[in-house]
Amino acid sequence: MPPVEPTAPQVAAAPAVLKLDAALSLLRQSGQEPPAGVAGSSAWMQGLIDALCELSSRDALTGLANRRHFEMVLAREIDRVARAGEPALLLVLDIDHFKRVNDSHGHAAGDLVLKAVSEALLECVRPMDTVARIGGEEFAIVLPNCPPAFGPTVAERVRTRVERRPVTIGLSQQISVTVSLGGAFAPQWVRSSVRLWLERSDLQLYNAKTSGRNRAVFEPAAVSLVTAEEKGLLFGHTPIDDDGESGEPRDANA
Amino acid sequence: MSESALSSRTRARITAVTSGKGGVGKTFVSANLAAALARRGERVLVLDADLGLANLDVVLNLHPKITLHDVFTGKHRLEDAIVPVAGGFSVLLAGSGMVEYSRLTPEVRDQLLETIEAVTPRFDRVLLDTGAGISDVVLFTLSLAHDVLVVTTPEPTAMTDAYATIKVLAGSQARRDLLLAVNQTLKPGEGRAIRNQLQLVIDRFVNPGLDAPVKLEFVGELPADPAVREAVQKRQLLLEAYPGAPAAQAVLALAARVAL
Repeated sequence: MPPVEPTAPQVAAAPAVLKLDAALSLLRQSGQEPPAGVAGSSAWMQGLIDALCELSSRDALTGLANRRHFEMVLAREIDRVARAGEPALLLVLDIDHFKRVNDSHGHAAGDLVLKAVSEALLECVRPMDTVARIGGEEFAIVLPNCPPAFGPTVAERVRTRVERRPVTIGLSQQISVTVSLGGAFAPQWVRSSVRLWLERSDLQLYNAKTSGRNRAVFEPAAVSLVTAEEKGLLFGHTPIDDDGESGEPRDANA
Repeated sequence: MSESALSSRTRARITAVTSGKGGVGKTFVSANLAAALARRGERVLVLDADLGLANLDVVLNLHPKITLHDVFTGKHRLEDAIVPVAGGFSVLLAGSGMVEYSRLTPEVRDQLLETIEAVTPRFDRVLLDTGAGISDVVLFTLSLAHDVLVVTTPEPTAMTDAYATIKVLAGSQARRDLLLAVNQTLKPGEGRAIRNQLQLVIDRFVNPGLDAPVKLEFVGELPADPAVREAVQKRQLLLEAYPGAPAAQAVLALAARVAL
């Protein structure tokens, strides 16, 4: 498709008062195609808006979801978990000793490391998961519908994937980095908040860092209140006779 | 209780509706029970005590401008947040901002207490529609109630969570008498059978060692009924939309059993 001039004269639906140059050059700069269709048509405008929305939800360096998009995804997941009770996991991770990479190899090398870690993370998750860069060297993965037993497996996969992926910096120098991970499941049936859930995962990340780094730590699972024995009796197939309690109204004044 | 006794009541009886598991129809039961009790002459307030997750507004198709959140934050007076609804009762909605209150801080505790203190003199009955689960907010809310009505369904997960709730209430709040209603039953008598099964497990695993036994009082079953889904979709009370439906009749019977 031929590039559309940002100041295309056939702009019809977009009145002359709309200054779209900045938007279009932002798209070009980020390597995206200009919107399809006749410049100024409503389809074209929609394409432009969609592209800008997409752009504003991505991290410029790594292409991952950015903090803003991440918080939106997390809020939506909280809604779902509260209503449907599905287990959902939030992993937060941080590159170990990232400052050392920057200090000894320069910021360009640091950027390469961030990109390599991002790629490694994307290789470890399902299409429905959201991988985000939420801070300098801090990342997060939102995993909807993730059974508690799978959490540690996913975290371990991420950890080893990053560890075993050397990053080439400069001409031939290779360095490798490790990550620490913290995980917390959304409380089922309970409306949490983005802040609280993130706090709980962050706390586990802190625990991973202080217990030696390059490891994953999870919030301890709540102890089940109902034992297997109790469940056995609850769903046992013993025929139950009515205990004779009659249907007479309860005495509320008692 | 006679009409005169009703009017001489100076403080509302507080009945908490809880479930353990979400999605069993707790809010549906709260709203329709409120309407049924109102028909019996009770002045009823339903308080959306599900601070994190307000669904009462969805069930009743309400778009309140002023909610409990505005009261907690001091923007409005409590009176302004109490909304009379079509079913002949009043509601006090939490408002979406209440997510911030989903953790039981001393402030949340005090404000909940203050709110309930303030509303009880004006009603005969306050129904607390609690959140699902057994979080500290839910447990605290339940501790404020005279009666706890546990709602479950025949689903094993719902029954397990109802049992867990009962166990926790017996242990941490020394509650000995609980009401049980079974929603979405598939055959007559299923509700009472579930109550008996729960009581059996309680007698075996909870009651030994307690000063007094925990007793589940069966107050009714609501049959699975397509009219319920239709009323919910229309965002109306079942009692108003389909008063003749089997589930609506069951709600009336439930109200007769818990009435003052």
